[in-house]
Amino acid sequence: MGHDHVSNTKRIWLVFGYLSIITIVEVALGIKRPEALYHSHFLTMNLLNWIFIILTLVKAYYIVWAFMHMEGETKALRRAVVWTGIFLILYLTFILLTEGHYVFTVFRDATIKWNF
Amino acid sequence: MGSTVTTNSDVANVWNGGGAQPLGASYGKMMMWFFILSDALTFSGFVAAYGFSRFKFIETWPIADEVFTHFPFMHGVSMPMYYVAFMTFVLIFSSVTMVLAVDAGHQMKQGKVALYMFLTIIGGLIFVGSQAWEWKNFIKGEYGAVETKGGSILQFVNSKGEHIKLADFAVTLPEEREQLTRSKATWFMSESSLPTYSVNEVVEGFKNNPDVLVRTEVIYSEETAKNATGVHPTLNHIKHKTILTREESLKRLEAAKLVIEGANLKHNEYGSKLFADFFFFITGFHGFHVFSGVVINIIIFINVLLGTYERRKSYEMVEKVGLYWHFVDLVWVFVFTFFYLV
Repeated sequence: MGHDHVSNTKRIWLVFGYLSIITIVEVALGIKRPEALYHSHFLTMNLLNWIFIILTLVKAYYIVWAFMHMEGETKALRRAVVWTGIFLILYLTFILLTEGHYVFTVFRDATIKWNF
Repeated sequence: MGSTVTTNSDVANVWNGGGAQPLGASYGKMMMWFFILSDALTFSGFVAAYGFSRFKFIETWPIADEVFTHFPFMHGVSMPMYYVAFMTFVLIFSSVTMVLAVDAGHQMKQGKVALYMFLTIIGGLIFVGSQAWEWKNFIKGEYGAVETKGGSILQFVNSKGEHIKLADFAVTLPEEREQLTRSKATWFMSESSLPTYSVNEVVEGFKNNPDVLVRTEVIYSEETAKNATGVHPTLNHIKHKTILTREESLKRLEAAKLVIEGANLKHNEYGSKLFADFFFFITGFHGFHVFSGVVINIIIFINVLLGTYERRKSYEMVEKVGLYWHFVDLVWVFVFTFFYLV
């Protein structure tokens, strides 16, 4: 079960270091917004947004695995929680963003203007 | 160890699942995980709804860097990102002290658990306080804007394209318009506080200052510029709000209906109304989680001081609230990304 009662202090500080570095990178990119990334386009979004989202997922991984100690739980509990969450969230996001974009095109291309 | 279901008919243990540990975790911890899963789905529902609205108004959505620009003691200086980065660090650090408390609990060190729990509570309080300050700035607003009949927001810039305040150009006209309160009218008639300037005063001030231009909600790009009329030839930049020519500005101002200062659930000077609604709702719901996390942490902290868990010979309770506290941090990581970065 991984509940060995040895101190994990070193790992905790290491993970804190990772999370801090990722946050600093995010903030630096958010302030600078380099044109090469910000004005690019890749799979419906600019590259900067993709970087932000990927870094966020890395942060989420470290929080759940190290801080919440998911790595020490049984495989069954881990999958019951993580897979359920990831599947439902991806599904919901896909449906809503697709629909949102569709409504946007309806507004944009309609003959009646919402902004009168 | 896999997931084996064991049964136990020990009646004394009925409130902790009969002592059975189907997933290798105690009843309370397993249920905390499932609570967190359901809460995560609630939050993702909100964030996905935010994404829906944002995609729906993708060309006119407010730019976060222009909305959240304040930093304590740096009045009038535009500092996007810094304050929210500070808040993020506070929350991450309080997560670290929480996990250190759990770690000390495994080693049955009461004093250390108490110290780390205390630091976690302080971190949580700083975060909630910071959130309140952020809300205050958002509600108060900085520049002021005009809302048109169609419900879109017109902001004002100077000849260099810099955002300016209403107070910088609006005139004061000899018109008096008192706030309608229940004491001055029939009891069912009242209105919220009036903005500093009336629509007339803003429009007159605009006419008197030939340098002032209108900035619309539309985010400038080659595509949006193609269909728009009266786009300023030199001041516009890709992925910034569109600035209009003087003639077009005057024309758009004819539709002015309301003067907006700051934000509430009905109007806001930053642009899309939904932006403020989602901001209040999602950060408010998260802030409420932080607040309840602080309360639960205080209860557990008192129990640690009283030696409850020493007598129980297990600090698992600290671990359970720790899970909740880390979850609050986890949610903030996503809120941070989707409200401030993306």
